[in-house]
Amino acid sequence: MSIDQKQKEIIEEFQLFEGDKESTIFHLMEIGESLSPLEDEYKTDKYIIKGCQSKVWLIAECKDGNVNFRADSNTAITKGIISLLIRVLSGEKAKSIVDADLYFIKEIGMGNIIGTQRSNGLVAMIKQMKLFALAFHNNEPAMSDLKLRHTRSND
Amino acid sequence: MIDIAQVRRDFKILNEKINGKPLIYFDNAATSQKPQVVVDALLNYYQQINSNVHRGVHSLAEKATNAFEKTRETVRGFINAKFTEEIIFTKGTTEGINLVARSLSKISLEKGDEVIVSAMEHHANIVPWQMVCDEVGAKLKVIPITLKGELDLDSFESLITPKTKIVAVIHVSNVLGTVNDIKGITKTAHKHNALVLVDGAQGIPHLDVDVQDLDCDFYAFSAHKVYGPTGIGVLYGKKELLEKMPPFLGGGEMISEVTFEKTTYNELPYKFEAGTPNIGDVIAFDSAVNYLKQKKEENIVAHENELLEYATKKLKEIEGIKIVGESDNKISVISFIVEGIHSFDLGMMLDAQGIEIRTGHHCAQPLMRALGIEGTARVSFAIYNTKEEVDIFVEELKRIVGKFARKK
Ligand SMILES: Cc1ncc(COP(=O)(O)O)c(C=O)c1O
Repeated sequence: MSIDQKQKEIIEEFQLFEGDKESTIFHLMEIGESLSPLEDEYKTDKYIIKGCQSKVWLIAECKDGNVNFRADSNTAITKGIISLLIRVLSGEKAKSIVDADLYFIKEIGMGNIIGTQRSNGLVAMIKQMKLFALAFHNNEPAMSDLKLRHTRSND
Repeated sequence: MIDIAQVRRDFKILNEKINGKPLIYFDNAATSQKPQVVVDALLNYYQQINSNVHRGVHSLAEKATNAFEKTRETVRGFINAKFTEEIIFTKGTTEGINLVARSLSKISLEKGDEVIVSAMEHHANIVPWQMVCDEVGAKLKVIPITLKGELDLDSFESLITPKTKIVAVIHVSNVLGTVNDIKGITKTAHKHNALVLVDGAQGIPHLDVDVQDLDCDFYAFSAHKVYGPTGIGVLYGKKELLEKMPPFLGGGEMISEVTFEKTTYNELPYKFEAGTPNIGDVIAFDSAVNYLKQKKEENIVAHENELLEYATKKLKEIEGIKIVGESDNKISVISFIVEGIHSFDLGMMLDAQGIEIRTGHHCAQPLMRALGIEGTARVSFAIYNTKEEVDIFVEELKRIVGKFARKK
């Protein structure tokens, strides 16, 4: 499924809640639960995304030109948010991730659901994912099989 | 008896809907709502008497100045200060504490001296002291807390030495609700010739504060937590101390005479009020204080305590909930954690139901560390809150906790 198709699917899925805040939040939490937890060795400041109120750790791997993300968070809602992003972006070509227009966020009314402060955190998550993808893209093929450990934004 | 329905009519905002649900505002320790008399006073000021104070000779300036100074006198009476010039208008608690820390450090803090704060302080009563201690090479010492969330006063007695110059403590904890024995602390501190500053941000809304009785040297609070406007606060200081202290900021209003060679400073309280003050908000604060005074006469404290007891009892009935802060002498705020649910998540779920509570570290990270937790969910009450609101909150909380439990 392309990034575009995955976004359309999520939009449809969220329409079910008809804008009801609690059900939407709860759904986000449930999505978060299906995310396989990150090993403790990655839950350190080195992998933390700066700019989020909650703690979010993110790692990226590139295999055969496809970028895979894994993440975890200390709060359930944030875990749901990063899971959504992973669902849309993970497994895609680095270049497609860098260029992705993530319109589903606006479309499902994420800003209203999670509020401004968490929305800023969401922006930080996207930025970090795109930065990882960009690094893989620029260094291909030499870096393509490496796990990114050190690259992270310094915003 | 206080008629809550009547009180609620004074606060139009309480009719608002949040996410389609009636607003239940339980974040009063962060800021309280403002009664209509305060909103009207602000409006009247700008519509009828807006003018700069203390400067003009014209009639409008006279009106504004009189109204401005009237608030000072009202506040003096409210906290029973001896002199009106002991009341200094600031931006809020934070600025008041910074003023004292900056100014006092110039005349009574030297290398090797000590400042004592407590483990339950808000960042506003930690960071300014840390800054001046770093500057002069003084040492910051910390009074620990007990398991119940009270100050360990025995430790305080052993912490204080002849080198201790300032003791800065919170009157009521914004996290634990604990009411500290300021009178006792002041007695001990004075015995050792140390000065006492009280962070009264959470004390003023709920207690009858008499600064002469407490005998503290400084008492700082914010108007916005006592039904007044944002952006102003009060620093009370004993006159003989304020007179000795150098100004904090320089500029207009605070001078007596300026030449390029030397400036002489204005007298109290103006010495500490550089620049055009927040005139409109100070004037509206007069209405807030009078409003609160009247409610205190109607015994709102009893009502707030009743809510606290009622909510505490009901919360304790929910499985997996732990109350943080169990002092016998506690008012107005309840912090709690729910097993397996992060407070941020809880806050958002409650918000979806129109219930506004505070979550996180509450600007008291060292306290969180001392308690070994990351944060809490906190409800805090004001005069307009009701038992019915507590019931709705507890029911919603139960439902959310149940929903989480089923998921597990
Ligand atoms: C105990 C305490 N001290 C200080 C402050 C700071 O008050 P302000 O931000 O109004 O200066 C607060 C409010 O957040 C508080 O609760």
